Order: sequence, then C-alpha cells, then structure tokens
Amino acid sequence: MSVLIFLDQSEGHIKKNSFEAAGYGAKVAELLGTSAEGIVFGKVNDDLASLGAYGLKKIHTISNEAVNNLDAQVFANVLAQAVGTLAANVIVFANNVDGKSIAPRLSAKLKAGLVSGAVALPDISNGFVVKKNVFSGKAFANVSIKTEIKIISLNPNSYKIVKTEGIAEVGELNIQIPEAKVKVTAVNKIVGEVPLSEAELVISGGRGLKGPENWHLITDLAKLLGAATACSRPVADEHWRPHHEHVGQTGLAIAPNLYFAVGMSGAIQHLAGVNRSKVIVVINKDPEAPFFKAAAYGIVGDAFEVMPKIIEAVKKLKGV
Amino acid sequence: MKILVCISKTPDTTAKITFTDNNTKFAEAGVQFIINPYDEWFALVRAIELKEADARLNDGVGQASTQIHLINVGGADSEPIIRKAFALGGDEAIRVNATSQDSFYIASQIAEVVKQNNYDLIFTGKETIDYNGSSIGGMVAELLDMPYVSLATKFVLNGTTATINREIEGGEEVNEVQLPVVVSCQKGVAEQRIPNMRGIMGARTKPLKVVEPVAVEPLTSIVSFELPPPKAGVKLVPADQPEELVRLLHEEAKVF
Ligand SMILES: Cc1cc2nc3c(=O)[nH]c(=O)nc-3n(C[C@H](O)[C@H](O)[C@H](O)COP(=O)(O)OP(=O)(O)OC[C@H]3O[C@@H](n4cnc5c(N)ncnc54)[C@H](O)[C@@H]3O)c2cc1C
Ligand SMILES: Nc1ncnc2c1ncn2[C@@H]1O[C@H](COP(=O)(O)O)[C@@H](O)[C@H]1O
Repeated sequence: MSVLIFLDQSEGHIKKNSFEAAGYGAKVAELLGTSAEGIVFGKVNDDLASLGAYGLKKIHTISNEAVNNLDAQVFANVLAQAVGTLAANVIVFANNVDGKSIAPRLSAKLKAGLVSGAVALPDISNGFVVKKNVFSGKAFANVSIKTEIKIISLNPNSYKIVKTEGIAEVGELNIQIPEAKVKVTAVNKIVGEVPLSEAELVISGGRGLKGPENWHLITDLAKLLGAATACSRPVADEHWRPHHEHVGQTGLAIAPNLYFAVGMSGAIQHLAGVNRSKVIVVINKDPEAPFFKAAAYGIVGDAFEVMPKIIEAVKKLKGV
Repeated sequence: MKILVCISKTPDTTAKITFTDNNTKFAEAGVQFIINPYDEWFALVRAIELKEADARLNDGVGQASTQIHLINVGGADSEPIIRKAFALGGDEAIRVNATSQDSFYIASQIAEVVKQNNYDLIFTGKETIDYNGSSIGGMVAELLDMPYVSLATKFVLNGTTATINREIEGGEEVNEVQLPVVVSCQKGVAEQRIPNMRGIMGARTKPLKVVEPVAVEPLTSIVSFELPPPKAGVKLVPADQPEELVRLLHEEAKVF
C-alpha cells in the first residue's frame, strides 16, 4: 500500500502545482498510515531528493527521453505499470493541463474511481469521500470513491504546502515504454511572463480602462509585484490584450491568492473563472458593480486616479 | 469521414445553484438548461466547419462525405438540447437513455456507441460547466485505446493527420496525430455560431435514435453537495486613501 504522486515537469523542472500535489499526497498517506512516493517522467534537472521536504519518502524516475513530452496514452500505460509494481492504492495528480489529460485515462484503465478538481483532503471516516469543485466554483460536491484504487487530482492553489525536513530516496524504475502516437512538433511559450495558470498574484483589467494605451496601470503594478496579468473577455475580443489573458467561463479558470480587478463589472461569466481566488480586490467607479459582492477589499473610485497612487504606494513598500 | 460530437446538458451559466433532498440533488425547478457551452461553441462548431470544408471540396455534387453524429447520455429531457445541436448542424443523434453523474459510466456508454459505429474523430468539450470533470474525453479514449489530445485551442485536418494545438502552462504545444483521435475542445478551436432559420426548420426531422445503456458499474458517487460559506463582505477603502488598501493587502491579507 502506498500513495503515489505524479510529479509533472516541464522543460526539466517540476511544476509548482506538483509540489502542492506532493504535500497533499503526503498528508493522504499519513491519514491512511502508509507512505508517499513520487514518480517523475522524463529528464529532469531539479534535485529530486529535496522533495523529501514535502513528505515524500521515495521518488521513482523514468528518465527515458521518450517520456519527456506528454502523450496521455503512453503516460497512462506507464503509470498503470508503475501502480502495479509499487502496489500503490491512491494516485494523486495536480489538476493542471497534464493531470486533466492523464488522470481520466488512468482511471478508465485501472477501473479506479477518479475525483478531479479536489479541494480538500479525503474524509476517511466513512469510506473515502473527497470534496471537489462543481458548478464552476459556485458549489462543492462530496464524492465517494468506491474502488480499491483511488485517483485524486488536486485543484491548483487549494492545498497549502507545509515544508519540513527530509530527503527522499531517488531510484530509477524499469518500465516498458510503448511508442507514442502523438508527436509534439512545437512548443510555443510566452517567455518572460508569469504563466497565468500558475500565478499567485494576478492583476486584471476590464473595459473600464477604456483602451490598450492605458494598460500600464495594470502592467506596472503586475511588474512591481511579480504578478501575472489577466483581462475580461471583451478586452481580449477587442484585441486590447492577448487572448491567453482572458479569464472566465470561456477563458481560463484561475485561483490565485490575489485577484486584483480594475474597471471590471464582475459579470457572472467572469466570476466563474476567478471566484476561487483567495482575496479579490475591486477597483470600480460604480458602487453597484456586482464584483464588489465577491470582493474582500475594494475602492469605489476612478481607476485613472486610484491606480497611479496604488502603484506609488507599492513602490514605496518595495523600496523601489 | 464520421465525426462524433459528445454533448451534455448543463444548467445555464447564470442559473442559481441550489440543492434539494437534503443537499443531495441539484434543484432543477425553474432552471434553464443549455448545451454545455464548450460542446456547442467549440466541439460542435469545429465539426460543422470540417464538414463545410469538405462540402466545398465536393463542389457541384453538393453532398459532403463528412457525417456529424451527436451523442448524449441522458434522459428524455435532453432532447431539446439535441434538437438545438441539430439546428446548428448535426446530422444524426444517439441518445443513450441513462442518467448518471459518474464520468466513467458516461464514458463507457459513449465508448460502446463508438465501437459499433467506427468514428474517425471524437470531439468533446473541455469540461462540463456543472460537474467540471474534464474527464470524459480521456476516459473514452482509454476505453477505445485511441490517442487523446486535451484542451485543444486549434484543430487542423490534413487527410488523416490532425495538427492540434493544446494548452500548456503559459503557452501552447503543437501535436500531430493520426486519426482516429479523441480531442477535447476549448476556446480558439472555433467561433461560436447562432443557428439560422433553415437549420431550425431542419432540426425537427433529423433522426434521433434512442438506445439503452450497457451495464456498467459506476466508480464514484456524489454523497452530497455544499455551497461555499457566504463572503464576509467587502471592506471598502476611501478613494482618496489608496495607500491604505496597499497597507491592508500587505499587513492584513498578507498577499504580498
Ligand atoms: C455565454 C457567455 C460567456 C462569457 N464568458 C466570459 C468570460 O469567460 N470572461 C469574461 O470576462 N466575460 C465573459 N462574458 C462576458 C460577460 O458577460 C461580461 O460582458 C464581461 O465580463 C464584461 O467585461 P468587463 O467587466 O471588462 O466590462 P463591463 O461590463 O463593460 O464593465 C466595465 C466596468 O468598468 C467600470 N468603469 C468604467 N470606467 C471606470 C473607471 N474610470 N474607473 C473604474 N471603473 C470604471 C464600470 O463601472 C463597469 O463596472 C461572457 C458572456 C456570455 C454571454
Ligand atoms: N452525459 C453526457 N453525454 C454526452 N457527452 C457528455 C456527457 N457528459 C459529458 N460529456 C462530454 O464530455 C465532456 C467533458 O465532460 P466532463 O468530464 O464531465 O467535464 C463534455 O464537454 C462533453 O463533451
């Protein structure tokens, strides 16, 4: 018996959401009285032994170049073999782009119940019940997994990592790797920006900013804080900002620690993508803007007057 | 070519979310149901575009060789959304007469239909806006031993090779794969459409086949639902003291 955590990597580095999955998986193992082990596919440059600090006892590597890139079919196949070899009975993924691709395949392959988008530790007082996000952040469902092997994919930024001391044992796993049918022919990443899906702080602008020429009010603050930038759908549709910044029901769904919304009304479709954020701040000149209902802090005021002062205050705080 | 588009019925985005029966059931009374937006706007519309491109190739003949089938696993109350999808452009539909919230159960029903019909391409939406599983496409692919590309933002077909852009953290990855393949679609794959009069008129007479489900044991079950605790309410800072907001975020909320 063990808990196996799939540690997702990109370009040789373990992704942030995987550290959360590791910490979460270690806690699940503790609840079940067993040990937590990680598994990493492809060539990585990180010091894997240091993942012991998240509570992992062992890290299994499959450092074959054939699994550097994702083919969900291959990954599920290899993982299923690993689950068998290691006798894992709980498998944890980060519910990110790769997790969403692999976890359902593994679930179908092993006939192992999957809860995707988990937001809390399982309740094992009566079976195995995991709380997950449903209705696009507007509710939760408690889902019981009835199968012997259980799969959980954890929503990003919903489990607080607690780092401790510890060194994990690292060892290579020998597994037959089938040939990939999906070929990766190009990877286009926006360089030098904080990826929105992994960002802890997000500064976002809406139509209230009037035009792209005013976006320095958003980007200046984002730069100061090391935050990612986002926008509403009409802003992306009007090409004031690139499409990958569009958040909401039809865009990206995010859950940062801070979502700082400037000149946005807070339409329900927008909120569907941001209402899981820990702290929402709203700057809007209309006191009736629905966004204030979802916010923790706000200023009723003109963004063109308020934002430069906020930027000044943050500069002072950061000593720049 | 035969394309299967998986469509599910979801409450309208603006629907009020409440529960009945001791918080075990979604309260449907007064709720408007729609085709899950990702299924309609992206999966179905891209399938229609592929068919149109094919029809143009067959210019003069007027008959596209591409066929779009719709599948829904659901009760008779799914038929209005199937008709709506017909109005946009599906050719035939199959409704598997079963209701279940378990993704594996639904995926198994879809896979069974695929086994009997041999599709070249299976499109799903990126996720349902009610259950938010993002799971069914991957499960269908596994059950059929087909490749799966998730969260597609672009889909181009060249003969039997598909070039698909998929979302990754902070960008996109370009994938190349031979058909048949299962693809989950999101924004970028197609542009939302509105059905025209001809489509609406034709929708009534298109064939909708109802089949009974195969026996499958669900792997999970929903025990109960909960609503998030009400928000504490917004703390408003006067507009002439923005530095106070910065102080609160730093010292009280501790977000930076
Ligand atoms: C099916 C569907 C799906 C959708 N999906 C999405 C989605 O994924 N994401 C999304 O964002 N939208 C989505 N929308 C659109 C959504 O309904 C709203 O129209 C949109 O979010 C509004 O964007 P906004 O807040 O930028 O603009 P507006 O609604 O125009 O709001 C602008 C706000 O700025 C304020 N303002 C104006 N001037 C100033 C100033 N000087 N200082 C401060 N405040 C000012 C105004 O008071 C107003 O509240 C969707 C709509 C539909 C129907
Ligand atoms: N009951 C259903 N019938 C047919 N297709 C479905 C059904 N439920 C979900 N799907 C498809 O699977 C996709 C992903 O659903 P989910 O895994 O629930 O997020 C949806 O976007 C649909 O394309």
